[in-house]
Amino acid sequence: MEQYDIVIIGGGPAGLAAAIGAKEEGIDNIIILERENCLGGILGQCIHNGFGLHTFKEELTGPEYADRYIQKVIDLKIPYKLNTMVLNMDSDKNITAVNELDGSLEIKAKAVILAMGCRERPRGAINIPGSRCAGIYTAGVAQKYVNIDGYMPGKEVVILGSGDIGLIMARRMTLEGAKVRAVVELMPYSGGLKRNIVQCLDDFGIPLLLSHTITNIYGKDRLEGVMIAKVDENLLPIKESEEYIPCDTLLLSVGLIPENELSGKANVQLSSVTGGPEVNESFQTNVDGIFACGNVLHVHDLVDFVSEESLSAGKSAAKYVKGQMYENRIEIMAESGVRYTVPKYVNLDIIDKNLNIRFRVGNVYRDNYVSIYFDEERVIHLRKRILTPGEMETVKLSNALLKQHPACKRVTVKVEGE
Amino acid sequence: MTEKREIICIGCPIGCMLEVSMEYNEVEVVKGYSCIKGKNYALKECTNPTRIVTSSVKVINGELNVVSVKTESDIPKDKIADCIRELRGLEVEAPVKSGDIIIKGVAGTTCNIIATKSIEKVL
Amino acid sequence: MFDVVIIGAGVVGCSIARELSKYDLSICVCEKSSDVASGSSKANSGIVHAGFDAKPGTLKAKLNVKGNKMFDRLAAELDIPFRRNGSLVLCFDDSDTSHLHELMEKGIENGVPNLSILSRDEVLSLEPKMNEDVVAALYAPTGGIVCPYEMTIAMAENACSNGVQFLFNQKVINIIKEESTFLIQLENEQIESKIVINAAGVYADEINNMVSAEKIEIKARRGEYCLFDKAAGALVNMTIFQLPTKLGKGVLVSPTVDGNLLIGPNAVDSEDKEEKGTTKEGIDEIIKKAELTMKNIPVRQTITSFCGLRPRCTRDDFIIGEAKDVPGFINAAGIESPGLTSAPAIAEMIEEMVVQILAPGRKLDFNPIRKGIPKFREMNHKERMALIAKDSTYGKVLCRCETITLGEVLSAIRRPLGAKDLDGVKRRTRAGMGRCQSGFCSGKIVKILAKELGLSEADITKFGGNSKILLGENKEISEK
Repeated sequence: MEQYDIVIIGGGPAGLAAAIGAKEEGIDNIIILERENCLGGILGQCIHNGFGLHTFKEELTGPEYADRYIQKVIDLKIPYKLNTMVLNMDSDKNITAVNELDGSLEIKAKAVILAMGCRERPRGAINIPGSRCAGIYTAGVAQKYVNIDGYMPGKEVVILGSGDIGLIMARRMTLEGAKVRAVVELMPYSGGLKRNIVQCLDDFGIPLLLSHTITNIYGKDRLEGVMIAKVDENLLPIKESEEYIPCDTLLLSVGLIPENELSGKANVQLSSVTGGPEVNESFQTNVDGIFACGNVLHVHDLVDFVSEESLSAGKSAAKYVKGQMYENRIEIMAESGVRYTVPKYVNLDIIDKNLNIRFRVGNVYRDNYVSIYFDEERVIHLRKRILTPGEMETVKLSNALLKQHPACKRVTVKVEGE
Repeated sequence: MTEKREIICIGCPIGCMLEVSMEYNEVEVVKGYSCIKGKNYALKECTNPTRIVTSSVKVINGELNVVSVKTESDIPKDKIADCIRELRGLEVEAPVKSGDIIIKGVAGTTCNIIATKSIEKVL
Repeated sequence: MFDVVIIGAGVVGCSIARELSKYDLSICVCEKSSDVASGSSKANSGIVHAGFDAKPGTLKAKLNVKGNKMFDRLAAELDIPFRRNGSLVLCFDDSDTSHLHELMEKGIENGVPNLSILSRDEVLSLEPKMNEDVVAALYAPTGGIVCPYEMTIAMAENACSNGVQFLFNQKVINIIKEESTFLIQLENEQIESKIVINAAGVYADEINNMVSAEKIEIKARRGEYCLFDKAAGALVNMTIFQLPTKLGKGVLVSPTVDGNLLIGPNAVDSEDKEEKGTTKEGIDEIIKKAELTMKNIPVRQTITSFCGLRPRCTRDDFIIGEAKDVPGFINAAGIESPGLTSAPAIAEMIEEMVVQILAPGRKLDFNPIRKGIPKFREMNHKERMALIAKDSTYGKVLCRCETITLGEVLSAIRRPLGAKDLDGVKRRTRAGMGRCQSGFCSGKIVKILAKELGLSEADITKFGGNSKILLGENKEISEK
């Protein structure tokens, strides 16, 4: 039985920043458990630029961004185990893991930081009918083939879903010589950044078909084509608008799911909206001493926010090891248009700096307000020219504001017309 | 001669539709922006559009088959195709260190292509 | 020259191959696909039926009940998962209960043991998630579940270890009856055999009609299914059927032997014997029908949907036996449900015929035991330590959703009739069958397959043929 003060599950951007946070807070007996053969997580395959503008004030590629954190982990002499898969964990923080060197590992931790990231929603989860031939990949799988292995999964491509990974892969495949026929998006708006729509699609003349979906998949051995159709206001395909597009590859960019199977085994309470744990301001879950950060908590658009959040989660875990207890004093309610908030609970007493409330909205709102209520009193009323489901919002509550409301019983976040 | 162009602003999620009137490759009027970011973007995008290009290059004897690369700074948009052409068929020998120059002055520019990842040598 | 050539490496062909490998016979199995269990055997309900459904006196009735009894021993010999979880036929209308009793009578006549009728309360206490509108149910404790492709693979591996030869990617083009032998023309070669056994699934009519004037017709009947996450696997314990009504045959709701939840199938006749695509209408239909059994079908936990083809014979019974006009040509055709359950009994029936014709001697060194791939996921700490100490590759988890290790994948590739493609690895190990549907592990397995088989990664396929995963190196494809 190995014993650690803090075990960090996952060595991607969240786990790296959490480890650094914990170490900087004075805890040395830490271990990062990483299932892949290197640290850095998904950033290693995100070779495009655009990372780090908030954190480093410069534009880095994914591997470069990861390198900065990996180097820091090495400089701080934080231990890690690669090729190590965590198989089980209970609410007493007993962890079972396995790797080739140690065999089956039994680990006891005082605190655990969940940083396992997310996975892509596969075809089955959206039940697209048709052939089960080769040539259908999630965008991230294709990205790994191209950027890590150096192999092209296809030549004539249709992409379903206009999230950022889908858009990035449209450009990437094009630059490697493939023909991207279309990006097909079910919703009337794209879930991706404007910048990506312009620089990944418009620059290369790739059509973005909004309010469209794929209704059938054809091909015997390898994909031969897909049927697309417009959808009505209920998102149901309009039969008469069906159109066949020949292609050998279909990439799916239809959403990310926080990977919380392990969290469930430790009785960590999950949000039915995000699929991630419900945490408080210190990133602690409902289980004492189990913290969560990064995409396992809720799916982010920007890695910079993952790093920021995770650094803070690492520090909270370190303080827990040193005796600090956390509690879910009051609940933050997500109402009218706000789908969820992170954190979900807050204890105003222990916040010594500002409190960031992050959330997503469920629809596109123009010229609306984001309001925050402490009990019945509206304390924040921010005009927003646009709110979209694709962009995570952050509202900062200053320490001074929090101190003015020590007796607050509940916080509510809303989108309001005026 | 006046030329009109429509571009989408990338400054924020609103995505303002910008209408740009150009005379002899000079921007005369920008319409449709709702903040200064939009105007500046239109000026740059219509007179000197640039992009950072990222790609990969084949590696010999490396722990991975390819190394990720980028242009050290942004290059003119119309040089993207030339840049990619120069990368085609290129092979580098491991080890490669992040920041190593892979091509000096790509596509007739002064901009270098550099590695963005370190690749160890395997024997 | 072979003594016996078996056409088709599905569960029927492989069961026959194993049964005959007990004798001093040279046997060859010809398969048009790149792997065993590539047709009906890979996509069906995986149910070991009790045997109350078939018409008394038919081969289906006889072989089902006999086959069912053989499964405990088979599972032990072949090291395959099998569970007698019991089955229920639910009745939702008081006026239909007489049909439930008729079904029980039929079962008793077929020789199905321990059948009983359960009241609504009894049903709900055994299966609390059932629709409360249920009025009664027929209970068959001998019903079971098995993994159909794992069973086929195990049969084939054991046959192979006992000397049976397998030829893959070899479609039978024609069969010519010579004086005392058959010439079998394959895609790339020609083989000769004293006996030909037709276990060609949906194509069994084509094979039969090549040599026999007594034509048969096999239609492909499509059946679509939805498979749900293991998190939903415990919603039911037993295999739940619906009593057929005026509105048609219902669908089943069942746990799989691997712990998922399965619903389906519908039944749509198809002219095209390769059409295995799923349809929106089909999936909607089975979900709607399954909701009669269990109100809250966990649609959000769907992992995948798939379609299987059943070889439906117009004669409404299995066709088993020597063609009347072609001595030495033995059919095992029209093996639709309960074909999986019946397969071991069909094999024994065909064994008798072959023994009669060739009178072969018993093989002294026949070994009925096949050891499966070690299942890391099912082991305890001590067992895992011991396994990894012996072979460290069992310490490297490749498929995170199903907890499948490198050691298991290597074993799947290296064992007799080893996997040659992604689906082959998947069906032997379950790598890629979980909730991420191979997103995280497929790239790794492509690499391992390439290395083990001495191929380029761009040569690796999903299931043989032209089902390539990768189409070339970066930038290479634009040069062409």
